[in-house]
Amino acid sequence: MKQSNLALQDYTEIPEVQISPKDGKLAFVHISVAFFAFLLGILGGLLQGLARGGMIQLPSWLGYYQILTAHGVLLALVFTTYIIFGFFFAGMSKTHGAFSDGLRKLAWISFFITTIGTVMAATMILANEASVLYTFYAPLQAHFIYYIGLTLFIVGTWVAGATIMAHYFKWRKLNPGQPSPLFGFMATATIILWIVAGLGVAATVLGQMLPWALGYTDEINVLLSRTLFWYFGHPLVYFWIMPAYMVWYLVIPKVIGGRLFSGSLARLAFVLFLLFSIPVGFHHQLMEAGITEFWKYVQTILTFVVVVPSLLTAFSIFATFEQTGREKGGKGLFSWLKKLPWGDVRFFAPFMGMLIFIPAGAGGLINASFQLNAVIHNTLWVVGHFHLTVGTTVVLTFFGMAFWLIPLVTGRKLTKFMNRSGIVTTWLWTIGMFFMSGAMHILGLFGAPRRTAYTTYQDHPQALSWFEGIFASHVTVALGGVILTAAGLLMFYNFVYLAWFAPKGETEFPITPDPDDTPHTPAILENWKLWIGIAVVLILFAYTIPIYDMIVNAPPGSPTFNNLIR
Amino acid sequence: MHLHKYEKIWLIFGIGSLVLFLAVLGVAAFAFGQQPPSHMAKVDAQNLEESVFSEPGLDQINEDTYRARIVAMAFGYDPGTIEVPVGSTVIFEVTSSDVVHSFTIPGTNVNMMITPGHVNMAEYTFDEPGEYLVLCNEYCGTGHHYMQMKIEVTP
Repeated sequence: MKQSNLALQDYTEIPEVQISPKDGKLAFVHISVAFFAFLLGILGGLLQGLARGGMIQLPSWLGYYQILTAHGVLLALVFTTYIIFGFFFAGMSKTHGAFSDGLRKLAWISFFITTIGTVMAATMILANEASVLYTFYAPLQAHFIYYIGLTLFIVGTWVAGATIMAHYFKWRKLNPGQPSPLFGFMATATIILWIVAGLGVAATVLGQMLPWALGYTDEINVLLSRTLFWYFGHPLVYFWIMPAYMVWYLVIPKVIGGRLFSGSLARLAFVLFLLFSIPVGFHHQLMEAGITEFWKYVQTILTFVVVVPSLLTAFSIFATFEQTGREKGGKGLFSWLKKLPWGDVRFFAPFMGMLIFIPAGAGGLINASFQLNAVIHNTLWVVGHFHLTVGTTVVLTFFGMAFWLIPLVTGRKLTKFMNRSGIVTTWLWTIGMFFMSGAMHILGLFGAPRRTAYTTYQDHPQALSWFEGIFASHVTVALGGVILTAAGLLMFYNFVYLAWFAPKGETEFPITPDPDDTPHTPAILENWKLWIGIAVVLILFAYTIPIYDMIVNAPPGSPTFNNLIR
Repeated sequence: MHLHKYEKIWLIFGIGSLVLFLAVLGVAAFAFGQQPPSHMAKVDAQNLEESVFSEPGLDQINEDTYRARIVAMAFGYDPGTIEVPVGSTVIFEVTSSDVVHSFTIPGTNVNMMITPGHVNMAEYTFDEPGEYLVLCNEYCGTGHHYMQMKIEVTP
């Protein structure tokens, strides 16, 4: 922490402690909400797997699509968002000094806004008034309180993001001309992405769905609302993956006893994510009428560009591994691999996540491949895909992070027993996912639809074959789901133990010193106005003409359909 | 900003592959016409009886080409069955009378979204006889998993 310590001297009065206890508490509350949502979410997943496999029948008061909605909202939105902000608050406090009382108050306000929104949405799902899945495609219509809840959720995260950015820019003001600490730089890039992307979902929810659900407007422009949703929906996945990359870039090098390969390249990767992860939403709408082939192809190109920062990341991370392994005496082409701390869950869990990102990323390229998308669009393949990306790469990285972040903020220690439990959790999760996601991928290639309850389509032979395969079967999916649930329950136990029962003590915040090349960071990388400007230009380029066309040449709108979901 | 030699090789290889993939997709799409379903025609979903979808069904265009106009709705398709001889090419024109659906024939490349207000199109040549399943793979309500129709391809 050479650099930030310089800054810390004139910025905070408590540079010795790991992080300010008050900031620790803020982070802990976020992480706790995340894990309780996680517990409910995975139990929903278990029920879905068993019900779809035809192994259990859901009770009449519980709908398949109701739990599917809960599973998606709790895991994809609530778990990820809360754990990400928990990580951000703790990391900003560590690298930029404690939050001021005013900013911390703002962070608590954001927490309450987000949480009230979560409770409102969850209540509507429980009441079976919002079984519209987490994508809430119009003209299926949920109760208006569901939309208000989602709005508060998003607005709350914006306030949290503003808190973190204010803290970051305060540091920059106090340290003029210096490259900012990597953690703050990366967190800021992630939050700018989140805010710019959130404008899309805010526009459709506030401008289209809420007035329509409240009865102020009679009709809704369906294609426009889908387009605005996916303008948000794809950057959403980068909002998950960028914090995971932050763990890889900033935490893992320290855990393995090395240092990050290059700071400038890390910054460049995050700038590229900010630029290219938004104007790509059409690759979720490739099979849709009303958008021309030309604009779909333009966004396909931009989608492929956003692979580049992931290529940069893969190189940086594995270069860091090799560099560290060799410094520790590893020789030959691959023997440096043996020098890595395989028995340390803080490394092992994220490492398995990285490994799985290789097939996951390749699958993503297939999905985005324009006309090829017809083979897998809305099949179980897609579900298999994102259970690898967010459901394994991101989740295992956050699991690994939990083993130091939770004891750090609760003033406890990671014990050997907990470490071993974490390794077991990682293996179980990986094995369960191999069965579940593997079977989903193949079933998808055979045409099995996603988001569909148990059905044999009146015993059509093709649909029956989806239950009869040796590996490619809904039964394998359910089996994988059972193993994953066991892993998830174990992880929840790990969380409870680390939060309230582990022995008291000091835990290290493993964070790599900013790399040697930091003083030579090109100043242009720190020019946020420039990057936001280019991002806006790219968005306007990719979206203006098709959205104008959707509005001006819109077909008559759709009335409400809220009877179909109950 | 310094780029390591290996990193340059890695990026050239990586970006080169991406360019190659995009070129393959682009040539297939714009030179050979293998485009994703992106039909631009519009209808009034609330008044389909006043449109070309007033009498959904099969029309023979020439000897072995048919046009099937189909309306997707919660939770089925109109008509529920169509029958064509083997070797026929069918042009599907599909729209929705209520929410978003899909028109998907598993085991073929026919898989498209059906949004209300729009007509989507796909074409397929049935070279094998048999009973083809059509299903909806976009969640459309509590009965979504019952939504299906049949295409009988007679020998």
